[in-house]
Parts: sequence; structure tokens; C-alpha cells
Amino acid sequence: MTHIAKPKFQHPKLPVNGLGLTRRNYEGVVSTLCAGCGHDSISAAIIEACFELEIPAHRIAKISGIGCSSKTTNYFLSRAHGFNSVHGRMPSVATGANLANPDLTYLGVSGDGDTASIGLGQFSHAVRRRLNMVYIVENNGTYGLTKGQFSATNDKISKSRKGVENRFESIDLCSLAIELGAGFVARSFSGDKAQLVPLIKAAMSYRGFAFLDVISPCVTFNNHSNSTKSYDYVREHNEVLDVLDLVPQRSEISTDYQPGTSVEVTLHDGSEIKLHKLSQDYDPSDHGSALLNLYQYKQQNTVATGVLYLDPNESDMHDLLMTCEQPLNTLRDNALCPGSAVLDTLNSQFK
Amino acid sequence: MKPTDVADPTYFHKVVDCQWACPAHTPVPEYIRLIAQRRYSDAFMINWKSNVFPGVLGRTCDRPCEPACRRTRIEQKPVAICRLKRVAADNRGDVSHRLPAIPSQKNGKRIALIGAGPASLTVARDLLPLGYECVLFEKDRQSGGLMRTNIPSFRLPVDVLDDEVERILDLGVEVRFNTEVSSLKSVLNEGFDAVFIGTGAPRGKDLAITGRRQANANIHLGIDFLTSVAFKHTESIGRRVLVIGGGNTAMDCCRTALRMGGDDVRVTVRSPREDMKASDWEIEDAEREGIPILDNHSPIEFLIEDGRLHGVVFERMQAHYDGFGRRSLSPSGEPPVVIECDDVLMAIGQNNAFPWIERDIGIVFDDTGMPVVDAQTFQSTLPEVFFGGDAAWGPKNIIWAVAHGHQAAISIDLKCREISLTNRPPPMTNLFSQKMGIHEWSYENDISIEQRLAVPHADLAKSLKSLTTEVELGYDGQMAMEEATRCLNCDIQTVFSESLCIECDACVDICPVDCINFTQNEEETPLRAQLRVPATNLDQDLYVSDYLNTGRVMVKDEDVCLHCGLCAERCPTSAWDMQKFLFLDGMATASQELADAN
Ligand SMILES: Cc1cc2nc3c(=O)[nH]c(=O)nc-3n(C[C@H](O)[C@H](O)[C@H](O)COP(=O)(O)OP(=O)(O)OC[C@H]3O[C@@H](n4cnc5c(N)ncnc54)[C@H](O)[C@@H]3O)c2cc1C
Ligand SMILES: Cc1ncc(C[n+]2csc(CCOP(=O)(O)OP(=O)(O)O)c2C)c(N)n1
Ligand code: SF4
Ligand code: SF4
Ligand code: SF4
Ligand SMILES: [Mg+2]
Repeated sequence: MTHIAKPKFQHPKLPVNGLGLTRRNYEGVVSTLCAGCGHDSISAAIIEACFELEIPAHRIAKISGIGCSSKTTNYFLSRAHGFNSVHGRMPSVATGANLANPDLTYLGVSGDGDTASIGLGQFSHAVRRRLNMVYIVENNGTYGLTKGQFSATNDKISKSRKGVENRFESIDLCSLAIELGAGFVARSFSGDKAQLVPLIKAAMSYRGFAFLDVISPCVTFNNHSNSTKSYDYVREHNEVLDVLDLVPQRSEISTDYQPGTSVEVTLHDGSEIKLHKLSQDYDPSDHGSALLNLYQYKQQNTVATGVLYLDPNESDMHDLLMTCEQPLNTLRDNALCPGSAVLDTLNSQFK
Repeated sequence: MKPTDVADPTYFHKVVDCQWACPAHTPVPEYIRLIAQRRYSDAFMINWKSNVFPGVLGRTCDRPCEPACRRTRIEQKPVAICRLKRVAADNRGDVSHRLPAIPSQKNGKRIALIGAGPASLTVARDLLPLGYECVLFEKDRQSGGLMRTNIPSFRLPVDVLDDEVERILDLGVEVRFNTEVSSLKSVLNEGFDAVFIGTGAPRGKDLAITGRRQANANIHLGIDFLTSVAFKHTESIGRRVLVIGGGNTAMDCCRTALRMGGDDVRVTVRSPREDMKASDWEIEDAEREGIPILDNHSPIEFLIEDGRLHGVVFERMQAHYDGFGRRSLSPSGEPPVVIECDDVLMAIGQNNAFPWIERDIGIVFDDTGMPVVDAQTFQSTLPEVFFGGDAAWGPKNIIWAVAHGHQAAISIDLKCREISLTNRPPPMTNLFSQKMGIHEWSYENDISIEQRLAVPHADLAKSLKSLTTEVELGYDGQMAMEEATRCLNCDIQTVFSESLCIECDACVDICPVDCINFTQNEEETPLRAQLRVPATNLDQDLYVSDYLNTGRVMVKDEDVCLHCGLCAERCPTSAWDMQKFLFLDGMATASQELADAN
């Protein structure tokens, strides 16, 4: 953290987006996290992604649980809606909000403790429901806020700062998300914004459950040489599977890749995801082989990053539940309580 | 690009924009911080060491530091560096005990200084503490040069000037006032070890147009007029005064005339208003006093009636700019304009004149009548004769005269010690961390977003009644503190250690002005283009690190860095540190005496 507020002055030549905003207009209050925390870089990547997508902040709802990671929603998009909820309960708050008003972009920020321990049940069901949201886990393998206990994503071979062994098998949240029906699943690294920013942009444009597992070193409790979530370890073991470009609607930019190495998916809003595959034998559109491959990468202690799974058929909770077009929070009394005549008709169908 | 060599003193010196731009390289941010702490005597001594006349310059300096100030690249206005200097001078305590000691045992070398302007006085100030004997020749009865004779007292009170000039004379200068040197040969014959010529550019330019001779009684050369006013030889002027010229002398002439009884004073200038030579603030001051400035007016004739000046005829001009922005003026074709007046003040420039230097003693003059002077050593073609100030290359200003004086003093000292004049004393530099605690620095790193404070002025009606009422009142202590905190502390450098960096990006994310980048290395041009915000200000350097673990380099664009220290506060490994860079120009007095004086 720092003891002064970030000065208001900005670079006089800072680029401006289509809304007339600079990236600094997407900032929040100054972070109180430890200096060098990966979470702050993820906040910066979210700011950059929203700036580039030209989304007005008030069309976004930031929802989080408890943890250093969950605190970060305060450090970006001051002008967005926000709900800093209870430990592990971000999914249910997001579900409620999304049911009431599907028109906002839901950005959930959670930690590996918040999601893989106390919140695992809530997480699993949000995925199953295909809640239309971006769910970011800022994964540092530890409970940062409560001073460095192992979390459920800490790899078995990864020791604590003081050398204590980790006895338990780790949970791979990406595999879980794929298995439970998430449509967009990716892994990235807080120290690689070139990869992370386009992933966040694509996840925000995707309709359905978009999951991002972002390895985010905890400089204070989990950045030592025996850790598998340190800056050095991730850089050494990172295998980038593919490179993603989000081509906005109406844009004519096209990147030419070798035939057979790229996958193109046109999203519901007309924008297009272009995936350039770097690994020949990885197919991110195939559910089964993705899971198998992820299992193998994990066995080899490789941190596979990029888009891990992408379902070109977007569908979300509202599709599955067949809710009405109009957001529930705008339905008036007469629509919610249409009167006894309508009730009689309905009842007669069940006779 | 190659990694930046921060051991080269010019690298960090350039980052301190104001100090780099100051001809005497005054450590500006260092004294501004002291003013914020109300340590006025300390701030004064820093100035005195570098620029010799803090009270004078705090009122009159041409302030090349201000357009250079980093603040102008971030918001509209620079820190009021010049006026802060005045606060230090006006509020200091007694500094007599902090002045250099003058050895009673002299070194046996005698130096003649011709002309008692700021250039010569600086040479004396620098040489006396080293044991030299200095003999000052001056044609007037007092010293100060144009600072006394031409800068009006409503801008520079006489007691401020006296104080600063006497501080030097009291170091033990042997003065010969009322002594106009009419032969350099005779001075040389006195057997001086070196002679410094600081006689300025004493001749006002004139206009040879119709009617000039007949109107002579009412046409005055601006600098002669001001001198005569300063010495109280002239005490009144006609009611309608026309000042011809658009430089600072014209501004002083018109404002002086207004205070001497002129009630219709106007300035005419040949060029468009925006091309006027006078400093913006001097033009503003004249206009605030209600003096109209008529631009694009070129005088073509003095009208005579009943044998005396009656008015001036002007041709209207038009400016044209070529593709390179070069200007040419030509008549616009509009009908000529006649302006009636009682007196004309001619302020169209100054020339040098050296009728008293014999041409057969070894001093070579060029085609324009100027002596040939070495730009680094200030030595003429006669090895024991040196030039400086306006005498060397024509009219400049006080701070340049001071800078020349320092360099000439170095040369004279080297010459007398029989050391090569190119073997000049190096600057004194020092770089040390300002870290006091986890997020504590020895300087105020919270950036002020306040606008520049205007300096209060005396009541206009009152000040127009007197030649000696100072127009500017100066900042009070509170205002000075507020203005001082606008300074961005550009001397507190961001110093990067690549071996410590873990490439976490924290500094990139926090930097409010997007200075810091981690990127693939390139040649300078593509590298500048690929930064987060492309570095288009080529006057400002890139700070490039050695290769980091990921094969990238750190590149910092120095251009708009606020020196807020947030990069260093956010860095988990202290790969960034905020370190104060002190740069003191090499001086003849870099030896113990002046260093102790601080
Ligand atoms: C009207 C006016 C206003 C100005 N205002 C400013 C201002 O606000 N700020 C600023 O920075 N600069 C200003 N200047 C410029 C500044 O005053 C000069 O650049 C500066 O004084 C030059 O210093 P110097 O030591 O070279 O010579 P000068 O100050 O010109 O001093 C030369 C001295 O040599 C003496 N001298 C000349 N010939 C002889 C001789 N043969 N024998 C003996 N003595 C001799 C003269 O009497 C004079 O005292 C102004 C100039 C003018 C004309
Ligand atoms: C119901 C409840 N149980 C336990 C806690 C204590 N607690 C706060 S944060 C946290 C773990 C946070 O870990 P993670 O989500 O990984 O966040 P990080 O700080 O590592 O970013 C725990 C156990 C709590 N706040 N509420
Ligand atoms: S901000 Fe301060 S240190 Fe920087 S250039 Fe301006 S006056 Fe000098
Ligand atoms: S001091 Fe550091 S954080 Fe502050 S503006 Fe300069 S580079 Fe950026
Ligand atoms: S904050 Fe420090 S360690 Fe992190 S990238 Fe910047 S210099 Fe390197
Ligand atoms: Mg955690």
C-alpha cells in the first residue's frame, strides 16, 4: 500500500476511448494491498480491459467475497455498482442480482480460499446454472488476508514459507468449471498483461459462465523458492497454449494465422474471438480432451495458460430457466400479479 | 538501446529541468524545499553560491528555468521559481558569518576588472576567497552596471541592489569609481596578471530616418534616458510619450515615463504583438498600467513643427511566415499612421563599443566589431585578457553575465596557476537515498494540484505616482510555502536496480503518468514508439535498464515523471529508490572556502 493518494495528474497524451475516457477514469481508490501483490496487477488489467471495451462503468456490477483478492473491487471502476459480500457467498449475490437485472455486466472477483474452500458449493452451482458473469479467481495458493494458511489450490508439492509440507491434493478450479458446464474457461498469470487483458475482454463479451483462473503471486506469504505460485515458478513453468484476440463488432482487423491453427467464434454481440493455437495437440473446443490434457499438465507440474475451453454455443441461466425478456426488476405489479382470471386459466391447465 | 549510464552526471542533471536550464545551474528544487520549511537563510546561501544576486534575480531574472519547469508539461504554469528566490532573499537572517573567509595572506596575483556590472562582480566574488587581489574600474560613481542604471527602482529597489553589491565589495575589492578606462594598453601596463572586461553593451541603437536630427532635443535613447533617470539627471518628460521598440527596455521606458508625468504613453513595435522580444510578464506589467501597445507599426519619419518634434509617421506592417516558421515583415499597404507626441524614447536595441581597446595589442575583433572570445574559457586572443557578460557576445541578461563571470574566474585562476584552461574543475555531484521509513521520504511526495499563485501587487494608483515604489510585493511566508509545494522535486531521482526487480508490474500499475514500461529492447526510435504512452518529447531522455530475467528491459520516459515516489513505495524489493541528486557546477571557488560557506 502507499501512504499518499495517487496524484490526479495524468499523462497529457494518454489515449482516450470512444466514450472520451482515459484508462485513469476506470480506476478506483488506491490499493491497500502489499506492495508487489499480483492482485493489483489484475485490477490494472481489468481497468485496461474495460477501457478498451469502452464500457461505461455504471453498466458493470462488481461482486466479491472476502479476502485480499475480494477487497480489490474497491481498487478499480469507482463508478461501477458493487457488492462486497460474505466469505464464499459471492455467487449467490451475483445470481440474485443477475436474475433481477440481466442487462448489467457481472464481474465477480474471488480468491482461491473464497472459491475453493468455503465457497466451493456456491461456485459449483453458479457454474452449473451458467450464470452470465465473469468469475475471476485471483489464485495465490494461500489465504493471504488471514496471514498465509495453505488454500485448497496450493499444489501438493508446494511448501509454506517456513518449509511446512502441504498434505492435501489440490483442486484445479479450471477442470471443475469445465466439467460443470462453464462455457469459457481460461487460465492466466498476473505478471502477463499482454495475455490477461484480451482474456478479460473476451470473458466480458461472452454470454454464459466465463471463468478466469489467474495465478497471482502473494509476495508476502507465497512467493518463496518452494512455492509453485511464485513469480519465478510461474514464469519457468508456464506453457502458453493459445493466443486470443477479441475482434470487436464492426471492426475489419484480421490476423492471418496458418490454416488449421486458429479457431474463430462469433459471439452473440457480433464480436469475434480468434484463438491462435500454439500447442498442436490441444483442442479448446473439445470438452473431453481439454480435461484430459489439463490432468496431464498438472501431473507434469506445468502451468498451462490461455483459453482452456471455449463453447461456441453461448447459453446462460436465463436461457435454461426460460425467464421473460424483460428484466424482473422492471416488471410492474400488474405483470407480476396478473389477477385471478389468469390464475384460473393457469390452474385449469393442471386439471 | 544500451543501458543508461546514470553515473554520467549529465543524465540526472538533465532530469532537473530548471537547474539544467539555469545558466548558473542553481540547484532550484533544493532551495525551494528550504523555502517551504521557512529556512530562508539556507535557501539564500544556496542561491548566493550559484547566482550571486538572489535579491536582484528574485525580482528581475529572465528566468529561463520557468519555461523549462516540468510542471509546464503537466499543467499550464511553471512553479514561480524566480519569485520564490525573492522570498529567500527578503526573509533571510544575517548571513555575514556564512560568507567565505578572505585570506589575509594574498596569493600575489592582481586582477583588473573593467566595468562594475554583474559579470565583473561575479569574477571578484569567486576570486577574492582564493587570495587574489581584484581592482575594479568603473566609469560611474557606483557599481552594479545596468542593474543600477537601467533597471528601474520600481522593479528593483536600490537598497536590494546595494545590499548585494556591497556584500561583494566588502569582501575586499579595490574600487576605482568615476574611472572610465580609455586605454586597455594603459591598464595592461599596470602589470595585472589578468584583465576581465565586463563593460557591457553600452550603446543604444538609433534610427536614421527623416527628421531625426531636427527632432533631436526630444528624442532620447532608451538606455541613456533610464540611466539619466536613475542618477536623477532627468526628472520630467513630455505629456505625450511614444516609446519605439518591443523589448524589455521599451517596457521599462514606458513605465518610467508614466511615472514621470507622461499621461499619454504608448509603445509602438514593428512586429506582431506575439513576436515581441519583451518577456510576457514585462508586457503584462506595462499593460496592467494601462499602456497601449500598437503592433505592426514601423516608424518612417519624425514630423517637425515650429522646429520641434510634433509626431511620428508609421507605416503599417504585415508578417509573413515561411515553411520553416521564419518571419519576414513587409508593408501591409494600409495608409500611414501619424501619432502626435512630445517626446520619443528609442528602445530598439543595444550595441557593443570598444573604442578604448587598442587594435594593435593582440586582441582580434571580428567583422562585426566584436572581440573573438573562446566560448568555454572566455579568453580573448590576448591570453591574459578575458571577456564576459554583455561585452562578450552582445546583450543578454544578468544570469548569463553571472554564469560568464564564474567561467571567466575559473579560467583566470587556472591561468594564474599555469594550468591548461581546458582542465576545468568538474561539477560536484552526490546521489543518496531519501528513504526514511516504509513509506516515508525525506521530501513531501504528495503532489500538489494547486495552480500557480499570483504575486500580490502594490495599489496601482499609488505605484504610478512614484519611481521608487516597488510594484511587486512578493509572496508572504504562507503563499511561498504553498507555491513551493507545487515543485515536483525533480532532483529526487528514480533510481532502478535491475538485479532486484522481480517484474511484478506494480510500479507500472501505480505510476500516475505512465512513465514505466517493461518491454522488448529496441533502437531508440522504435522503442519510444512502443511505450505505453509513446515518448514523443525528444528533449527528454529514456532511462533504459539492462536485460531482466524475462529478456525484457525496463524503460522509463523521464518526460512527465512527477517524482511522486509511488513506484518506489509499490516496489516489493526496493528495485526503485528515490535518491536525491545534488549537482553543483564546478567553480574556481569549488575549493574549501565556498563549500564551507554553505
Ligand atoms: C533597460 C534594461 C532593462 C534590463 N532588465 C533586465 C532584467 O530585468 N533582468 C535581466 O536579467 N537583465 C536585464 N537587463 C540586461 C542586464 O542588465 C545586462 O545583461 C547585464 O547587466 C549585463 O551585465 P554586464 O556585467 O555584462 O554589464 P553591465 O551591467 O552593462 O555593466 C557594465 C559596466 O561597465 C561600465 N563601463 C563600460 N565601459 C566602461 C569603461 N570603458 N570604463 C569603465 N567602466 C565602463 C558601465 O558603466 C557599467 O557599469 C536589462 C537591460 C536594460 C538595458
Ligand atoms: C465465514 C468466514 N470464515 C472465515 C473467515 C476468515 N477469512 C477471511 S479471508 C479468508 C481466506 C481468504 O483467502 P483467499 O480467498 O484466497 O483470499 P486472498 O487473501 O488469498 O486473496 C478467511 C479464511 C471469514 N472472513 N469469514
Ligand atoms: S517542478 Fe520544481 S524541480 Fe521540477 S522543473 Fe519545476 S521548479 Fe524545477
Ligand atoms: S516517481 Fe515513479 S510513480 Fe511517480 S511519476 Fe515518476 S515514475 Fe511514476
Ligand atoms: S515494482 Fe519493483 S519488482 Fe515490481 S516490476 Fe517494478 S521495479 Fe520490478
Ligand atoms: Mg488466496
